[in-house]
Amino acid sequence: MIITDIENKGTAGAAAAIKPKKFNLHRLGESVMGVVFFLSACVSIIAVVLICAFMFVRGCPTIAEIGVADFLLGTEWRPLNSTPSFGIFPMIIGSIYVTAGAIIVGVPIGLLTAVFMAKFCPRKLYKWLMPPINLLAGIPSIVYGFFGMIVIVPIIRNVFGGDGRGNSILTASILLGIMILPTIVGMSQSAMKAVPESYYEGALALGATHERAVCTVIIPAARSGILASVILAIGRAIGETMAIIMIAGNQPRLPDSILDGVRTLTANIVLEMSYATGLHYDALIATGVVLFVFILLINLLFNAITSKKER
Amino acid sequence: MAIKFDIKNADLFYGDFQALKNINLEIRDKEITAFIGPSGCGKSTLLKSLNRMNDLIEGCKITGSFKLDGVDIYKDIEITELRKRVGMVFQKPNLFPMSIYDNIAYGPRTHGIKKKAQLDEIVETSLRQASIWDECKDRLKKSALGTSGGQQQRLCIARALAVKPEIILMDEPTSALDPISTIKIEELCQQIKNDYTIVIVTHNMQQATRISDKTAFFLHGEIVEFDTTEKIFSAPSEQRTLDYITGRFG
Repeated sequence: MIITDIENKGTAGAAAAIKPKKFNLHRLGESVMGVVFFLSACVSIIAVVLICAFMFVRGCPTIAEIGVADFLLGTEWRPLNSTPSFGIFPMIIGSIYVTAGAIIVGVPIGLLTAVFMAKFCPRKLYKWLMPPINLLAGIPSIVYGFFGMIVIVPIIRNVFGGDGRGNSILTASILLGIMILPTIVGMSQSAMKAVPESYYEGALALGATHERAVCTVIIPAARSGILASVILAIGRAIGETMAIIMIAGNQPRLPDSILDGVRTLTANIVLEMSYATGLHYDALIATGVVLFVFILLINLLFNAITSKKER
Repeated sequence: MAIKFDIKNADLFYGDFQALKNINLEIRDKEITAFIGPSGCGKSTLLKSLNRMNDLIEGCKITGSFKLDGVDIYKDIEITELRKRVGMVFQKPNLFPMSIYDNIAYGPRTHGIKKKAQLDEIVETSLRQASIWDECKDRLKKSALGTSGGQQQRLCIARALAVKPEIILMDEPTSALDPISTIKIEELCQQIKNDYTIVIVTHNMQQATRISDKTAFFLHGEIVEFDTTEKIFSAPSEQRTLDYITGRFG
């Protein structure tokens, strides 16, 4: 309806004023398709709006009931005590620690791989190396979880010991670091490949070596794309659930070291949702709201950076 | 005047395709040499083989000798050293997405100059040489991509000059520019020719007559005729040259 209205207004001024509009099957088909496209676009927008509304409507009153400070900054998560306390600060910290760890592990490896893939890898080798990296993105997170449990946890346990007995921030960081690699490698290397060849030629013509041209011209020119890949990776890391539950230990307490177990916001929801009732149940939804706000902020940052690139 | 580039029996192949056939050419010091000819005749290819930009193209094979001051550039000179001595200005301005200052200073920095005072001096001199100092002295720290197309091309020339090359190769430097910017670039070439040897590829024959001392006419990968610009455009000795410059083909 809206589409046809706009169309009518558009033509009313110019052509329609001179020629009376005739019924035309072709035109009708076009307006119908216009409506179809519009409705399709609406589906995802409506979904976002509904999810936002659901989260905030269900979550915010709970946060108010528990008390904003008690909820966000409380360090005690005892939902089943006779006087329950719902402080999710340990889980916020847990998510931040694990995500930061994943960035520390994943970003350097990912960026160096991306530089190699984009500018140093021989074409023949590229054909063989890129598909496995892309495949990393398609592996289900439960499989990552198994891998972490069977391979990384024992290694960490044997090397460091620690209270978590292998299920720790360190383990989760390593595994998440691997999980975000395809995002970083894929996006960064295509950003670098999108840098005009003329920049590269310009640098070489001034006497720069291949390495210097890549490091001082191509990487800076691809800066915003690279940054965007890192931010997207942060989003992926903070939202990861399944793999994390299997290897992070899940203790709802403030960790003392990176060898301690930790519970993330996502893990908190999944672990207790099946038996939670009443305020406990609502507190888990409120935990989701906090996670949602994190993701929204990351997305805003992502949009700010990518739109700056287009300008 | 002394011979700067001495090219003998040069053949160049892209895979199976022979792009240059038995090229013999002497480019003299402090002269402007123009390469003219229809598209695909090999003039840009020859230009690019003078600073070895053709090395980037897969399947490109070169035989014959290219000597710069008597030294073979494909055998006896480090490639970065060659490109320091033989600068290049491309068809489309290709300034880096950084400030004007950093663009001009890129070459000197590449060759190891780090002192700020020295870089400042090089930047100013190069911009003055390219007659663009007055237009951009107040915005050195601003992005170079914010300038107009003509200014960008002159900044590219300034960037090439900042490395203090002996020779500057120009690959149709004005083909993407408006007439006024074109005139500015041509005047600039005239100004700097006392200090530099310039080789310019151009589709614009008036441009060749206006600025060059020598002209080489290319056709199908061969040099048909190479002589003073005056002779080429007034009394060429080859019929094919005459046909081309009078617009009968090409």
